[in-house]
Amino acid sequence: MKKVGNHNSISRIYSFGLALMLTFSLSAFAQSAPAAPAKADAPKADAMASSGGGDPIKGKELFNTNCAACHNLDKKMTGPALRGVSGRHKKDWFYGWIKNSSALIKSGDADAVKLWNENKPAVMTAFPQLSNADIDNILAYTDEVKKDPVPVPGAPKVGEVQESGISNNVILGALALVMFMLVVMLYLVNNVLTKIAKANNINTESKAGRVPIWQAFVKNQFLVLVSAIFLLLASGYFVYGYLMQIGVDQDYAPIQPIHYSHRIHAGNNKIDCKYCHSSARVSKNAGIPSLNVCMNCHKNISEVSDTTSTADGHTKAFYDAQIKKLYDAVGWDGTKYTGKTKPVKWVRIHNLPDFAYFNHSQHVTVAGIECQKCHGPVQTYEVQKQFAPLTMGWCVNCHRETEVKMEGNAYYDKIHKELSKKYGVDKLTAAQMGGLECGKCHY
Amino acid sequence: MSSNKKYWKSVEELNENSSIVETLRNNEFVEEIPTSDFLSDNDSLSSSSTTRRDFLKYVGFTTAAASLAACEGPVHKSIPYVVQPDTIIPGVADYYATTMFDGFDFANLLVKTREGRPIKIENNTIEGAKFAANARVHASVLSLYDSMRLKTPKIDSKPATWNEVDSKVKASLAEAKTSGKQVVLLTGTTASPSTDKLIADFIAKNPTAKHIVYDAVSESPALDAFEAVYGERALADYDFAKANTIVSVGADFLGDWQGGGYDKGYAQGRIPQAGKMSKHFQFEANMTLSGAAADRRVAMNEANQKLALVKIYNIITGVSVSVSKIDKEDEVVKAANQLKAAGTKGLLVSGIQDKNAQLLVIAINQVLKSEALLTASARYIRKGSNEKVTQLVADMNSGLVHTLVMSGVNPVYTLANSKAFADGLKKVKTSVAFSIKEDETAELVNIAVAAPHYLESWNDYVLTKGTYALAQPTIRPLFNSKQFQEALMSWNGIGGDYYSYIKSNATPFLAGNTWNKVLHDGVVVFGTTAINSGTADYNSAASALAQTKTNQGFELILYTKTGLGDGQQANNPWLQEFPDPITRVSWDNYATVSQADAKKFGLENRIVANGGLNGSYATLTVNGTKLENVPVIVQPGQAVGTIGLSFGYGRKASLKEEMQVGVNAYVFYNNFNNVQSVKLEKGKGEHEFACVQSQKTLMGRGDIVKETTLKVYNDPNVKVEEWNLVPMVSLDHKETPATKVDLWESFDRSTGHHFNLSIDLNACTGCGACVIACHAENNVPVVGKSEVRRSRDMHWLRIDRYYSSEDTFAGDNEKKENFSGLFGEKGSLGGFGSMEHPADNPQVAFQPVMCQHCNHAPCETVCPVAATSHGRQGQNQMAYNRCVGTRYCANNCPYKVRRFNWFLYNKNSEFDYHMNDDLGRMVINPDVNVRSRGVMEKCSMCIQMTQKTILDAKRDGREIKDGEFQTACSNACSTGAMVFGDVNDKESKVAALLEDKRMYHLLEHVGTKPNVMYHVKVRNT
Repeated sequence: MKKVGNHNSISRIYSFGLALMLTFSLSAFAQSAPAAPAKADAPKADAMASSGGGDPIKGKELFNTNCAACHNLDKKMTGPALRGVSGRHKKDWFYGWIKNSSALIKSGDADAVKLWNENKPAVMTAFPQLSNADIDNILAYTDEVKKDPVPVPGAPKVGEVQESGISNNVILGALALVMFMLVVMLYLVNNVLTKIAKANNINTESKAGRVPIWQAFVKNQFLVLVSAIFLLLASGYFVYGYLMQIGVDQDYAPIQPIHYSHRIHAGNNKIDCKYCHSSARVSKNAGIPSLNVCMNCHKNISEVSDTTSTADGHTKAFYDAQIKKLYDAVGWDGTKYTGKTKPVKWVRIHNLPDFAYFNHSQHVTVAGIECQKCHGPVQTYEVQKQFAPLTMGWCVNCHRETEVKMEGNAYYDKIHKELSKKYGVDKLTAAQMGGLECGKCHY
Repeated sequence: MSSNKKYWKSVEELNENSSIVETLRNNEFVEEIPTSDFLSDNDSLSSSSTTRRDFLKYVGFTTAAASLAACEGPVHKSIPYVVQPDTIIPGVADYYATTMFDGFDFANLLVKTREGRPIKIENNTIEGAKFAANARVHASVLSLYDSMRLKTPKIDSKPATWNEVDSKVKASLAEAKTSGKQVVLLTGTTASPSTDKLIADFIAKNPTAKHIVYDAVSESPALDAFEAVYGERALADYDFAKANTIVSVGADFLGDWQGGGYDKGYAQGRIPQAGKMSKHFQFEANMTLSGAAADRRVAMNEANQKLALVKIYNIITGVSVSVSKIDKEDEVVKAANQLKAAGTKGLLVSGIQDKNAQLLVIAINQVLKSEALLTASARYIRKGSNEKVTQLVADMNSGLVHTLVMSGVNPVYTLANSKAFADGLKKVKTSVAFSIKEDETAELVNIAVAAPHYLESWNDYVLTKGTYALAQPTIRPLFNSKQFQEALMSWNGIGGDYYSYIKSNATPFLAGNTWNKVLHDGVVVFGTTAINSGTADYNSAASALAQTKTNQGFELILYTKTGLGDGQQANNPWLQEFPDPITRVSWDNYATVSQADAKKFGLENRIVANGGLNGSYATLTVNGTKLENVPVIVQPGQAVGTIGLSFGYGRKASLKEEMQVGVNAYVFYNNFNNVQSVKLEKGKGEHEFACVQSQKTLMGRGDIVKETTLKVYNDPNVKVEEWNLVPMVSLDHKETPATKVDLWESFDRSTGHHFNLSIDLNACTGCGACVIACHAENNVPVVGKSEVRRSRDMHWLRIDRYYSSEDTFAGDNEKKENFSGLFGEKGSLGGFGSMEHPADNPQVAFQPVMCQHCNHAPCETVCPVAATSHGRQGQNQMAYNRCVGTRYCANNCPYKVRRFNWFLYNKNSEFDYHMNDDLGRMVINPDVNVRSRGVMEKCSMCIQMTQKTILDAKRDGREIKDGEFQTACSNACSTGAMVFGDVNDKESKVAALLEDKRMYHLLEHVGTKPNVMYHVKVRNT
């Protein structure tokens, strides 16, 4: 298991960092931001030409909010693929169908019945809130011609480093060279002067009988004592630091069988933590989401968008492969479940010892603590890691400092009144509520 | 410091020139070391390819490799569901209402499951659910995870598929049909309408078939009597709460008499309310739970009990059947008169296995018009017929039975003539046994079918007339098992599964409720039609009974023990380690003999040097059958001339070696009569018991189990302090109540919750359900017989049992008060010496003791590492991960409730109980730590349960209602003896109990201020 984050290594990192800062304080690995010119104008013009009325930009928005859960432009999902759908029926038919498909089917409309038979038993949700203009817009969007992704000119290719003029490194190198030459020259000058002095029989006063510094040090018992004590204390400090990090897995970030990116889900797509980790609300375990939860969305999302790929090697192909792994595990062949499942063996990251009881719902639901408080900025993590040390000291500190959220909770009414009188405070910490007692977490 | 002392080893050293001393000094090892044996084996030495250097290299490499490998932390995998069932949330317990009936025990239950695993049995308290779980039912969840269960069907002891079994049985049935030979279904009592319907259907389809019901422990006479009077084969049901005077003639109704389950009603009447409580007379031979609870217990052998019953009959009904005189007749007359005076508030019960006796019981209660006799409900939990079973064995031996299908019975073990049965089994063409375990019977049959545990199967029950209960599975079958009913459906040619079959038959029982509602509740009351009144020729029954002869030598009284019952769960380590409430002996059955008989035969019990109890062996002979090496317990209160011996032990088949203890008493169960004439001889040698209590008496320390009589309790002129004395101590030379004196400054405990546990000694019957519930809830390890013998038992909750050494505890106290001087009977030396011995028929008191959660706990102050500390909610907390095992706390505990883990009891093959196999560990409660070696543990007042209650309330944003706080023991206590709650909630029941005048604390004079309180036992003498 990877182990970092101890006193030892922190101090090492600090000292190293300090040295680095001094040496390279001038340097900055600046990179010009890649220019990604938005070429929105061109497709807009294209679409306008083909649709006849609707605004495909607005249409795209509407499509994403209302239709994308069941429809894709180019692929059959719950509902049929929709690219070029405007050609299949009349506009008025669309208005009727989208606003209330069941009514249309009941009325015996031939097209509607045919569609129903093709897609049974999925009933299309009725959208009475969409106006005819909205529907026009959506249709306009669905009429956009499919384009192969064109690499945006000027976008940086992965691995390509752009230099901005003469690098600071070069300047630094030159400076170092100059310094080195100065040292060498000084040494040579000293040598030459000594030789001249010898040649001229000038006796330079040799400092005779001076005791070497280490001998002086050894003779001074006080100094020896002080430094011995210092050394002992220092080594004690580091040994303690080393021992304290045993079993602490802060920053542990194992490679998982499926590269699941919290950055994409919780960050870019702003999915609430508790959508997937739903049991955190009611249970002691936050729970690793079961795969059927993934499939709530991924039944429809079989690939990532082109803009998802990152600079550090996570390409679209890479992410798509991860979704494939999910399909493999859950037994989804793209259209139906095959029933052949392979449960995912995730590597456990947060592992509290058995003798410590921790309850998520207490913290999440009752106390209303953000997940990020203990798990860090998960929405930025490409690879999930353990943010907090999960040591007892860490728990206890928080219990000492955190004020208990009591407002509006009838359970706390009485005890709050009594305890705040007892302690003479308005806000109570978890510690004052008895949150530091051994038996509250160890039983 | 060095010492100049010289220690002499022998006189020989005085002689300076002794050669012996010289030789010994030069010879470190007196016995020769067998190096030559090893080194002279030149062949193996020279043929070895490993040189010394190689060996060292290997050692070095492995050491280095092992230490390197240890540097790497383990990688844990977490595997979530692929599709998570929406009812299961990891970390949240689910409860299912179900019903348990295994032919012997029955209860309406709530089963707690975690992540799909049933882990604990709780009582269903919904309206209509009247049967609470006893110790065995609580332990039955562990029998589900028995690693020695029958895992797959077997044909001729070889694993087979269900299809093979099915076709083989069907072929055999067809053959029997054509040849016209008998097909017999031998089952335990079913009490299940769907099962009965399937059996009836089976008999209709197979005309040669018949159904025989066999109860291992028979209640046939009572059934016969009830049938004779009321025309229905059932047992009478009683409500003891309605009885003011209870007379029991040999009925252990707090134990397993007629199925048991009467303790709740009984306890209701035993708590003095408005100055009243019931009066209980008990005439019995063995010392039973009922006898221990009785106000007046008379030890009497069975023959005398029969005559006593006739006498009572005479007095109650006014007829005069001539009956010879018996000992203690005055006691019988007194009881009978009181019973008569009680009228409709009187109740007589009897456990005499004789149809005439049972007829008299009905007659007496009819004459009394006893309200306690519930005419609206009869019990269907026993249906067995002794004659039919006897006939079956005869038929089998004469080759009349072609196919025998058994379910839920183990006749090879439980029949007295099991040899005849086993021989007969060989003559049966096809024998099939549905069994959870490969028991004695399943070993001998052609086809042994793995049956599911009740927690894995569906069923419906009508346990009492008018109540319908459902059993539902709480886990998928662990093994390749098949329910008897499903098999019947397949043989009857009915499609579908048993669940839909039950559902389709359920309509008449649902009383207008939906199926789902009844399934959710587990039980529904569907009818309250009273039984038709009936009568029989009681007088002739009385005359027949009066013919009983009283001089028939030794009586052997066979009974079922609280721990193992009929022995179905003999492989359950919780039950084996459960100390018997009366004898406090675990891991054994034994012959109980009276003190007088023990003296006569030279049988003795003694405590040996290591603190263990040893007992003599006896040889028992009944009707030519001999059992040798039956250990003997000298039992105070045992009627002279009787011997008690319990069923359920002495099994061998598919039992772990440790559980193969005791002797099989069924071999004496001739004619299904639990009373046999026996010959007793002293055997050789001594038996080592695992007895958890060697101290038998209270030695006059009446402040431990405080007692008073109802008369004193009701007397307005007697001050409470006179019978509930608060100990006085001297403070500043003034007498001060011990409760007012304090060494410590008290904390303010008025805010938040403050938990108290109340134990009413009047309501506690010593049934032990709490002990097992505590085991299950808190992952208490099982340590085994030899460790229990060393007093290393781990029970967090023990039920102390005390006998009086005089006739009553009051007598003890008086005797102690009147001690003067040192020697002699009146002196404290001699007097205390004699008080160690219980009386011949002593009073008995039970006292459950667990950690008292002292507010001023002596254990907390001595812990060097502060591993045990006090919570503000009143709980004395134990941080196992902090404990270093000094055991100071245990030494300083005045209640001796702390338990030390002398060994690692899980995943340790030295302790091969459930915690040593993967299956058995499934019962472990995930919310409670499994303690490791070297750690002290004790009752936590179920802090995991109180914390859960608090959290649930916080999450819902509401206050906590009284009754929500529970511990495992208070939850399991069906008699209401244990009440748990928050005393800071002034409305709560426990707060009221704290103010009750019967309330006292254990060892109050020590000043520990416990959070567990007791209530003075009131006897209605």
